[in-house]
Amino acid sequence: MLRPTPFSSLHGSNRSFPRVAVTAGFILTTASCARAPAIFGTYGLAADRIAVLGWVFTIVGCAVLAVVSVLLVMALTRRRKRIAESDESTLEYSGSDHAVRWILIGGIAIPAVILFFTFLVTLVIQAEVSSPPRKAVATIEVTGHRWWWEAKYVEADSSETAITANEIHVPVGEPVRLVLLSADVIHSFWVPRLAGKTDVIPGSRNTMWIQADKPGVYWGECAEYCGLQHSHMNFTVVAESPEAFRSWLAIQRQPAAVATDTATDTLIARGLDTFRRSGCAACHSIRGTDAQGRIGPDLTHLASRNLIAAGTLTNTRGNLAGWISNAQALKPGSGMPAMKLSSQDLKTLLAYLETLK
Amino acid sequence: MAASTLLDDLPIADADARSPGRLGMILVIATEASFFAYLLFAYFYLASMAPGAWPPAGAPSLHLALPNTFILIASSATIWWSEIGIRKGNQTQLRLGLLMTLILGIAFLALQAIEYSHQTFSPDSGAYGSLFFTITGFHGAHVFVGLLMNIVIQVRAWCGHFSEKHHLAVSNIALYWHFVDGVWIVVFASLYLSPRLG
Amino acid sequence: MAVTTAPMESTEQLNRIWETRPGLFGVLGTVDHKTIGKRYLITAFVFFLLGGLAASVMRWQLSRPEMHLLSPEAYNQLFTMHGVTMIFLFASPILSGFSNYLWPLMIGARDMAFPRVNALSYWTFVMSGIFIYSSVLIGQAPDGGWFAYVPMTELAYSPGLNMDFYALGMIFLSISTTIGAINFVVTFFKLRAPGMSLNRVPVILWGTLSASVMIVFAAPALTAACILLFFDRHFGMHFFDAASGGQPLLWQHLFWMFGHPWVYIVVLPAIGLASDMIPTFARRPLVGYTFVVLSTITTAILGFGVWVHHMFATGLPQMAMTFFSAASMMIAIPSGVSIFAWIATLWHGRPRFRTPLLFLGGFIILFVIGGINGVMTAPVPFDWQLTDSYFIVAHIHYVLVGINVFPVFGALYYWLPKMTGRMLSERIGRWVFWLMFIGANVAFFPMHITGMLGMPRRIYTYQAGLGWTDLNVITTVGAYIFALGVGLFIFDFFRSLKHGAIAGNNPWDAPTLEWSVSSPPPPYNFAVIPVVRSRHPLWAERLGEASSTAGPELPVLEDGRETIGTSMLDSRPQEVLLMPEDSIWPFLLSSALLVFFYGILTSLWWLAIIGAVGLATTMTGWFWPSAPPDDHSRLLPVES
Repeated sequence: MLRPTPFSSLHGSNRSFPRVAVTAGFILTTASCARAPAIFGTYGLAADRIAVLGWVFTIVGCAVLAVVSVLLVMALTRRRKRIAESDESTLEYSGSDHAVRWILIGGIAIPAVILFFTFLVTLVIQAEVSSPPRKAVATIEVTGHRWWWEAKYVEADSSETAITANEIHVPVGEPVRLVLLSADVIHSFWVPRLAGKTDVIPGSRNTMWIQADKPGVYWGECAEYCGLQHSHMNFTVVAESPEAFRSWLAIQRQPAAVATDTATDTLIARGLDTFRRSGCAACHSIRGTDAQGRIGPDLTHLASRNLIAAGTLTNTRGNLAGWISNAQALKPGSGMPAMKLSSQDLKTLLAYLETLK
Repeated sequence: MAASTLLDDLPIADADARSPGRLGMILVIATEASFFAYLLFAYFYLASMAPGAWPPAGAPSLHLALPNTFILIASSATIWWSEIGIRKGNQTQLRLGLLMTLILGIAFLALQAIEYSHQTFSPDSGAYGSLFFTITGFHGAHVFVGLLMNIVIQVRAWCGHFSEKHHLAVSNIALYWHFVDGVWIVVFASLYLSPRLG
Repeated sequence: MAVTTAPMESTEQLNRIWETRPGLFGVLGTVDHKTIGKRYLITAFVFFLLGGLAASVMRWQLSRPEMHLLSPEAYNQLFTMHGVTMIFLFASPILSGFSNYLWPLMIGARDMAFPRVNALSYWTFVMSGIFIYSSVLIGQAPDGGWFAYVPMTELAYSPGLNMDFYALGMIFLSISTTIGAINFVVTFFKLRAPGMSLNRVPVILWGTLSASVMIVFAAPALTAACILLFFDRHFGMHFFDAASGGQPLLWQHLFWMFGHPWVYIVVLPAIGLASDMIPTFARRPLVGYTFVVLSTITTAILGFGVWVHHMFATGLPQMAMTFFSAASMMIAIPSGVSIFAWIATLWHGRPRFRTPLLFLGGFIILFVIGGINGVMTAPVPFDWQLTDSYFIVAHIHYVLVGINVFPVFGALYYWLPKMTGRMLSERIGRWVFWLMFIGANVAFFPMHITGMLGMPRRIYTYQAGLGWTDLNVITTVGAYIFALGVGLFIFDFFRSLKHGAIAGNNPWDAPTLEWSVSSPPPPYNFAVIPVVRSRHPLWAERLGEASSTAGPELPVLEDGRETIGTSMLDSRPQEVLLMPEDSIWPFLLSSALLVFFYGILTSLWWLAIIGAVGLATTMTGWFWPSAPPDDHSRLLPVES
């Protein structure tokens, strides 16, 4: 199981786990635990079919390797005992006529047959995965940025669009359509346990479909070299029951909730003030406030996410504090500057951010 | 191999159509032709992916390019004539033909420069402008190199380097010039004529 | 076939004619293919070590999660330079080194068709390598990957000089590669000894010929792509930028239309080397010579039709991808032909175990693994999982180390004795082989698994808990074992120069013409140009091939630097070719190019103009004849 390296916070401990909007039917062993990636042992329809294709090729490939290796070793060793006895300068010339049969059978006929049949299997699987089994229940516009993933849940009739970052929720057992865009360079969207990868290319709209067949959290990666922090451009796909998914989506559509607890109200209000004063709104947006920055991730429901910094850290108070204070130490070259905040300002800011569930 | 045919008169440094130097020039032309093929691939690929009209401002005007095409074809004829001359040992025909080719080649470049100055688009105005100027520009550069070689060959002709039997450099440069002409015809058809089809 | 000896006065005369001039002029101006070949080998090997050094540092960084040995920028420069160095500055030039050295000796000629072009191809190679590596001195080595995808390599995302070094360096290097290729093609068709018809030509010639023809048609695609990238970066053009009508995928098409043929260019000559070595150690001629030659040519042609398989994840139409997928599977068949030809040759022969044969055995196994994991990426949906993961890193290293490096090391053990006159050590050779073979497999086999566990390529680090850590440790260990083997080879090489056994003309009892002359060969190669009557001239008698010694001989050609020009297909003598003396023009021309490219790199346009003027001047001087040509032909008497 994956657990991203926790940051040893300068400001406090990792004691508080994020209060994730968990609903019935979706169980996580720990809040930040995702299945390690793999292309076999898959949990999605597309990846399952591709894995079948993969097994066919792997098994056939291993068999060919075994046979050819045995033939080679036999060819090298079968006359060894007799070499020492005979004159080394003697040449062998037993005529090439029947020896050419090796080439015709082993080099042409058998490979042609194997390749033909494996190609047929390929065509069958390729047809299966090119379109979803039925119409997609949701469309998500995924935009790759350097170095994070934006996800927008597109609804024709909704007044509020759900926008989140680095964490995509999907209903279990239902196909979801992804529209893939890039804000800058070429990236590649890859969740190995669920489907093959598709590039995101600036100026193009690529589409793919994805379907998770078991609840869980699946690890996703950027799979096209995109610069300094290509290594830390990860995301998760959270598959949950359709009801849980709809609840989550409804919450994500809402603008930021206004805190009502008067005891901490001042702290939170001062946190929002810190947010504005420190220039965070230049890059980040929080729907429902005047922060409308488009350069960095939408933070409206930051507290609902399991991971931050594109899968680099678990979303704990300590990690968040460390990320805000010195993102460059964790992800050098990323777009997030090291923010020089007083510890008091940081405290209020964290209090405010924790309300963004 | 029959003994009698193995070693009769073997000419020394024959330098004719069967010589290594000739094959070398053919291969240089093959690689340069491939270069232009890839540039034209870029042109047609971007054309096929263009969201709007292509070319954006309509097909480029023919009023300088068409006469220029005839000028270049004529220059191929003159250099062919000069090569025929030296094959018969006619030094005057060689020099005259090369000179006429040079003049026509300069005229081509001059007209192209005028056409460039009148274009409504520039190399940085969009993908089309970038393609137009890069493709015609590299062609022009090949013309320029061909003219430099022409001048060198004319100087050598005046020094008496070429004879009926030994004029491989002339043949090779003539071949190169025909190639440059051929590239222009393909470029002209692609950039100027194909937008006008359909 | 008995070697025709010439009278003493003739060999003295020939030595005088063909020896390189002493002093600096000789060093800078030599056109001797043997010297140029050795220079290529040494220079390419130095780049191999530099590329390997980069890999060693990278492997340390990747041995454990979240290591901080390298910053992301340093890692990105290292992995880019590792790729550029190995793929461009080592893999092809090392094969050019062997081809340059061996071809004239194998085809019975005194030199290549264009000896000065040969020198030029070497000088431009080494100077383009210096140009590219000078970027390291200022800390701005290329960092966009050896494949340099846009838009990341456009000015907006790569503002430094890094990718300018790349674009200009690649154009500079492609000049070397292209003119070298042209030289090989013309030599193949015009300089073979009389009687060496196409069916008697050693396989290395077919391999290098195929690669050379591919270079003529494929290299311009990279030149075009790099020019367009440079124009986008510095002249505000819009070839690749989507907002202004360009397309990022245009770069990928152009790059891979070059790049895929390139991977065959770096293996087909090596396959030729292997095909010429295996018969010597199997003690019999190659089984299926015609099949092997045809499979080489077929691979060269098919290699132009598969490039889109590098782009399966980019969202192209299914129909197009399916065509390229089928072609990518078909191209495995010619490889199978060659593999079974070699197995059949060994099976029906009497294998004699020497170090080269060990490398050849290792080469065949690594070739099969690399071919299989390559075919596994041919089906489009499975490629959607495998592409851009460490599975591909496994594939590329199995094919490059397997089909290029292993034949090269076998060839070094086999042909270095011809070049130096000294044998390398059998005992040390076995250690070198096993360290390299075990090291390669320990390093690269686990990458199949890391890739299947989702590890992407080109990452400078990874997180713990993904299941990748242990496999990365194993890979790193394997890499260092491999490096140890290479180091041991270097030790053996230097040791052999002083203490190796004397090789003699033909230490391996091999069949081809280069083994008929001394080790090292005299500067003129052959006193008398041989007349060839067999595919295995030195074995012809023992194999019972008819008329191996009878027949007319050519006279000694000793009136200046001369060799025989023959017809393209059946190699009938056509003329006596006059070869050039040592010349300073190739060195000067390369230097002018270096000045030109630095001028463009730094935007010092006056410098670029100086370089261009130098280029025009040196080319004119080169082609200016030194003496008027002789008009009368010579009558060569026939000896019976």
